[in-house]
Amino acid sequence: MTVVNVFDQLERLLPQVSKPIQYVGGELGAVVKDWDSAAVRWALMYPDAYEVGLPNQGVQILYEVLNEQPDVLAERTYAVWPDLENLMREHGVPQFTVEAHRPVRAFDLFGISFATELGYTNMLTALRLAGIPLDARERSDEDPVVVAGGHAAFNPEPIADFIDAAVLGDGEEAVLEITNIVRAWKAEGSPGGRDELLLRLARTEAVYVPRFYDVDYLPDGRIQRVVPNRHEVPFRVRKRTTMDLDAWPYPRKPLVPLAETVHERYAVEIFRGCTRGCRFCQAGMITRPVRERSITTVGQMVRDGLEFSGFSEVGLLSLSSADHSEIGDICSGLAQQYEGTNVSLSLPSTRVDAFNITLAEELSRNGRRTGLTFAPEGGSERIRRVINKMVSEEDLIRTVVTAYTNGWRHVKLYFMCGLPTETDDDVVQIARLAHEVIKAGRAATGSRDIRCTVSIGGFVPKPHTPFQWASMASPAVIDERLRLLKQAINSEKSLGRAIGYRYHDGKPSLIEALLARGDRRVGAVIRRVWESGQRFDGWSEHFSYARWVDAATEVLPQYGVDLDWFTTREREENEVLPWDHLDSGLDKEWLWQDWQDSLREYEQDDCRWTPCFDCGVCPSMDTQIQVGPTGKKLLPLTPV
Amino acid sequence: MVQRIRIRYAKRGPLRFTSHRDFARAFERAVRRAGIPVAFSQGFTPHPKISYASAAPTGVASEAEYLEIGLQAVVDPADLRDALDAALSPGLDVIEAVQASGGSSLADRIDASRWRIELPEIQPSALAEAVAAFVAADEVLVERMTKQGRRRFDARSAVVRIEVAYPVMTPVAAGGLPCAILDLVVRQVTPSVRPDDVLAGLRVVADLEPPVPPRAIRLAQGRLTAQGEIVDPLAVDDGTINDGTFIGDSSE
Repeated sequence: MTVVNVFDQLERLLPQVSKPIQYVGGELGAVVKDWDSAAVRWALMYPDAYEVGLPNQGVQILYEVLNEQPDVLAERTYAVWPDLENLMREHGVPQFTVEAHRPVRAFDLFGISFATELGYTNMLTALRLAGIPLDARERSDEDPVVVAGGHAAFNPEPIADFIDAAVLGDGEEAVLEITNIVRAWKAEGSPGGRDELLLRLARTEAVYVPRFYDVDYLPDGRIQRVVPNRHEVPFRVRKRTTMDLDAWPYPRKPLVPLAETVHERYAVEIFRGCTRGCRFCQAGMITRPVRERSITTVGQMVRDGLEFSGFSEVGLLSLSSADHSEIGDICSGLAQQYEGTNVSLSLPSTRVDAFNITLAEELSRNGRRTGLTFAPEGGSERIRRVINKMVSEEDLIRTVVTAYTNGWRHVKLYFMCGLPTETDDDVVQIARLAHEVIKAGRAATGSRDIRCTVSIGGFVPKPHTPFQWASMASPAVIDERLRLLKQAINSEKSLGRAIGYRYHDGKPSLIEALLARGDRRVGAVIRRVWESGQRFDGWSEHFSYARWVDAATEVLPQYGVDLDWFTTREREENEVLPWDHLDSGLDKEWLWQDWQDSLREYEQDDCRWTPCFDCGVCPSMDTQIQVGPTGKKLLPLTPV
Repeated sequence: MVQRIRIRYAKRGPLRFTSHRDFARAFERAVRRAGIPVAFSQGFTPHPKISYASAAPTGVASEAEYLEIGLQAVVDPADLRDALDAALSPGLDVIEAVQASGGSSLADRIDASRWRIELPEIQPSALAEAVAAFVAADEVLVERMTKQGRRRFDARSAVVRIEVAYPVMTPVAAGGLPCAILDLVVRQVTPSVRPDDVLAGLRVVADLEPPVPPRAIRLAQGRLTAQGEIVDPLAVDDGTINDGTFIGDSSE
């Protein structure tokens, strides 16, 4: 079956839309393969605008891994802005891939990577434009298998109606195994149709197929149980873990767009996983154990990636980049190799207690200082014990002073508001901390020309974390605390002037919380809000709290629950959580214990440097910590 | 800086939707990928020495865009052209590279453009009528959104030549539908008169309403001669003509 290229139809619409280049493709690193000679075809989507979606590492990695297979074709698609969406509906142009402008419905698999829950409405737009039924059960053998991945897939229940399958955890190997199953099934002549294919996927225990599980509810609205409705289907679905990142050095050929995107850099993951144990951090909990990429592989990837892409910035990514066992040698080796070339290095996530003078010097060696952000997360020592962010005020002051004395004029400090047990005082303490930072910075540099920005995010309790049982603060409480904080920052005018203050009100967080901890009943809310026009929930100019509240109010009462029930309600120990049948490796009893420790303000150490504390991941997933040091060094490059 | 090279490049096919800023970023990356020994400006944040002559609007294809690049080592222009062309996406194509010579800058050598505009599903005769009305008018006021807001200006006086091209060169639309083609020479003025503005002018004078978005392509840019021809701005550098053509010429 050959497939039409829809570019001619699309081209007529492009002069009428903003930033048409985002729909055209033509990136370096893009792959266009022959349709007819591919055995398995994937359309991969990042469900946000191209400028946000293109740099996404997950999609780029899977794109390259799949296209390296000779008989597999993978293309990408992104959320189209409403101006183009309306024209596409009017002119009957389907959701398309950007490489070869093929209709998404023609693919075997439609993989969507959900880094956050805020992409759910955009998925519905893409399905509708593609001509794929929104309800997974109404799809025919002509429709692709819709697979969700990414961190949000650790609780895909709110989108269970719309997806055929979900994959938890690392995707590199999972996409190849799914490909193998689809290839074999197609080669056999697609026996048993869609149902049989989904069953084969489900039997692997590594692919969750929501339709094969029934959810029963108690009269009070809580879940009674989630059980398979087919005998071959496992009770629990396990997350995937890719061990040995040196064997998976992707992206090798990063996508380099023509359009402007949020990150213009070659990004390399220097390790995956984090065991610092911050209790709010879903990423740190679900990506365990820590697996480092070796200094030599990182060096090779940077060299090849820069040569291929022409980027002039290197981002060393991870959940806490300064924690790599050889971060000092990586940074100094790279700084030395690229001295005098205008290539700059950045560490997007740097812990306060792991930043030091050597690192500061290496990052600023070529005179360019990329932004420094530190995340104390909580304003008081007490709240930092609750969330297990073990950073002392002395650490913070010393680190920030190091940055100021090494030439940085501005640092960003990130905090959260609405944390469990939080009081007004915990938040107001953020102001005092920021004042101390400015005072110390002025004293150390002898200059008044230093600044800091205090950036506040709303806390959202997430599945598979010790705070999965916690009550979420209401928007009214959050907004009041943010007001008090602003007042406190400006209470000392001379200091307040040097402090920038950025925050979002509590409303978007509440909706994120609904989607994060929701169950299948929330699917009807997503559908309703999308029908009423909601799109691009991650964009404040497109997000409408009122529309979400209206949809929730319309849909949820029939189930005897409401928005508060999903968000501000604290859960009890024995409650069946919507994601209990999805196994992140974390022992639920350990999570509960850690939640109780949190309420007692007990801290938990990091298992990289202290004995195992039995979170359960390694034994249940048959994995282990992989950390250096390797003792190797990056050699100077011979000039090209 | 030891050498200056001038480049003619094209924006073709789907990549005509590249904006000038997009192109500039892609070009800088291509310079790095190709290992071109570009010179940098002095200062705290050094920038590569690349300067652009006027840029075609987003969505308009071009066979004749120009830029100049300063180098800190001498290279063979033909090698540089090949290396840069290979480093850019197909559709952004480096056509010609010559060593800069003569006293005049690229800007001195460009004051007009020749465009071809394809109008699918428009009868050539209908276009001819609209063109006649446009030519007959002393002034054709059109409006466009600019960074300064909505501006109203004359699209007529900058147009040096406007003709229907016969025979139809490349019909875009399939299925036997007509495609009229406009051949246009426009002087560079402020505010600039772009292909869109001339099309808006045809709407004003003759209600010409293309059912399908027209496709414009810049065929040439350069100095307009008294005979209405356009002189290739790289002709001085490759030795075809003398720089005296540009020097001492008072530009409007």
